[in-house]
Amino acid sequence: MGMLEAILLTVFTAATPLLIAAMGELVAERSGVLNLGVEGMMIMGAIAGFAFAQMSGNPYIGALGGMAVGALFSLLFAFLALTLVTNQVATGLALTILGLGLSGLWGEAFVGIPGVKLQPVVIPLLSDIPLIGRLFFAQDALFYVSIALVFAVSWFLFKTKAGLTLRSVGDNHHSAHALGINVMRVRYLAVMFGGACAGLAGSHLSLVYTTQWIENMSAGRGWIALALVVFASWRPWRILFGAYLFGAITIMQLHIQALNLGDVEFLPGPIYGILSLLKSIPAQFLSSLPYLATIVVLVLISRNRRLTLINTPAMLGQGFVPDR
Amino acid sequence: MKKVLGIVAAFGIALSASTAYAAMDKVKACFIYVGSIGDFGWSYQHDQGRLAVEEALGDKVETAYLESVPEGADAERAIERFARSGCNIIFTTSFGYMDATNKVAGKFPDVKFEHATGYKREHPNVSTYNSRFHEGRYVQGQIAAKMSSSGVAGYIASFPIPEVVMGINAFTLGAQSVNPDFKLKVVWANTWFDPGKEADAAKALIDQGADIITQHTDSTAPMQVAAERGVKAFGQASDMINFGKETQLTAIIDDWGPYYVERVKAVLEGTWEQVDVWAGMKEGHVVMAPYTNMPDDVKAMAEETQAKITSGEFDPYTGPVKKQDGSDWLAEGEVADAGVLLGMNFYVAGVDDQLPQ
Repeated sequence: MGMLEAILLTVFTAATPLLIAAMGELVAERSGVLNLGVEGMMIMGAIAGFAFAQMSGNPYIGALGGMAVGALFSLLFAFLALTLVTNQVATGLALTILGLGLSGLWGEAFVGIPGVKLQPVVIPLLSDIPLIGRLFFAQDALFYVSIALVFAVSWFLFKTKAGLTLRSVGDNHHSAHALGINVMRVRYLAVMFGGACAGLAGSHLSLVYTTQWIENMSAGRGWIALALVVFASWRPWRILFGAYLFGAITIMQLHIQALNLGDVEFLPGPIYGILSLLKSIPAQFLSSLPYLATIVVLVLISRNRRLTLINTPAMLGQGFVPDR
Repeated sequence: MKKVLGIVAAFGIALSASTAYAAMDKVKACFIYVGSIGDFGWSYQHDQGRLAVEEALGDKVETAYLESVPEGADAERAIERFARSGCNIIFTTSFGYMDATNKVAGKFPDVKFEHATGYKREHPNVSTYNSRFHEGRYVQGQIAAKMSSSGVAGYIASFPIPEVVMGINAFTLGAQSVNPDFKLKVVWANTWFDPGKEADAAKALIDQGADIITQHTDSTAPMQVAAERGVKAFGQASDMINFGKETQLTAIIDDWGPYYVERVKAVLEGTWEQVDVWAGMKEGHVVMAPYTNMPDDVKAMAEETQAKITSGEFDPYTGPVKKQDGSDWLAEGEVADAGVLLGMNFYVAGVDDQLPQ
């Protein structure tokens, strides 16, 4: 069981930042704002998390700092894309590029310093359950936050009035405006929530995943989080599924590469067969699977008109200029 | 004093103008890095080389660099931009810049190009240079075989190019010279730099029984994972001891400084010629970080091997060596041909992996 536990633990660590960042982006997109700056906000969160943890000596302050900087950074996007109604795609891309550059500048002093690790929070008794205990009840705080986020966002979006308001803004901002909803305020808050989540996900990278700061350390995870939102067709629980699927694919392909088929001959025939089949697939192909899966889902949902209409925020990426 | 200097400088200019070959007063040396200079690995070491040039040549040189330039279309634009902006010599420091470097070199015959780790020199103004990193890998393999209790080491590889394959093979040969049954597990990360993925690869290898981690990727993340899990590891490209004070056994340090100084000086003096340099421990291009966290006898063995390689008495690729498929490659006492090594696309016997094609 030791091996399975070890693999799953690594999968959980790989999935957590994707899940947090994607939950934030989901809320922003549900309000009709397409913010492609996730990668930039994430890397800002990574350096902020590292810097605050380093200066205070407390990784929790680091994580809060990452969140705050992510939210502040997203305000820049909100001001440009919402108030000045610039093109959201271009503004989001610019935010990513700015974030990568700015974090490098800020982080120069922190390169090459071993960081402060966010230690696991072990829940007594529950963590003693075999396998499950170690996986679910002896994790770092950000793991618990990520799972709580799924429940919270799901409940907020579909069970509360505020969630309904947010979705209505995303589906038709003119009607929402006509009903007296403050479209701008809703969108500003949604974008900032997205920024805070991306920042928190970033601080997971520099405080848990690899406890250090290196320029560009997000290495494309922000883009995977964006792809996840589409992959999940804007549903929170599907994001949870997708994040763990993407995480599992990344980790499993590494394990399969390291695996010696000779060592697992004792396994039952079908399992051995699957392993040897997986072993024959080039690693490069497996690395690109998350993106391929997203494209396949895009093709599928674009074929199903009804499904698309239900879940895609109709105003996604469109600026709102009140007519009066 | 200032005046005197001015006169001397003026005299210098007059002198150099009258010399027969095209010596220059000031040279602009430009560098293109694939990673960031803060990676504490590959690109960091190249930048240390650049700083060595500045220090050695003082105000006779002006340097510039571009970091995190992706291999591919962007590289060509970056190199061309440098060529247009008055660079006299451009160092392109990653394998993937090979075609871009040669393409731009064709357009700018007056600019000198130096491409690291490649093999194409399509124009007279393109040189290639590389280091015999595998010499260090052989030493590491020997140490790994002595230090490992599971008899399995994990190797985090980047891309299946000759450079990387050569390192894996040398490590294996070194380990087998100590323990003929030693196993090496290889994981291809398919990236030069992704701390998260490199860390995941290290975890996967440790979970599958490796108790020594070595890497041919650029970040310090694997070292950190090894430290957390309590296994030993080797640093890559630069000394990573800060990330594993009780973990790092040694590291291969790429010292590009001497070569960069020599080449920029050659441009300054007008004596630059196309070369294909492949230097190792002997020339000081490959330096080993202090041997730490190991017993004295292992350290003595490593030092002895290093001395033999440095003096030229021993070459890591000396027969008898079999290929992975069992066929003979090098006969007893035969030393591998440089051309074969630089195009290496096969494993030696004992590597527990299938080489991606």
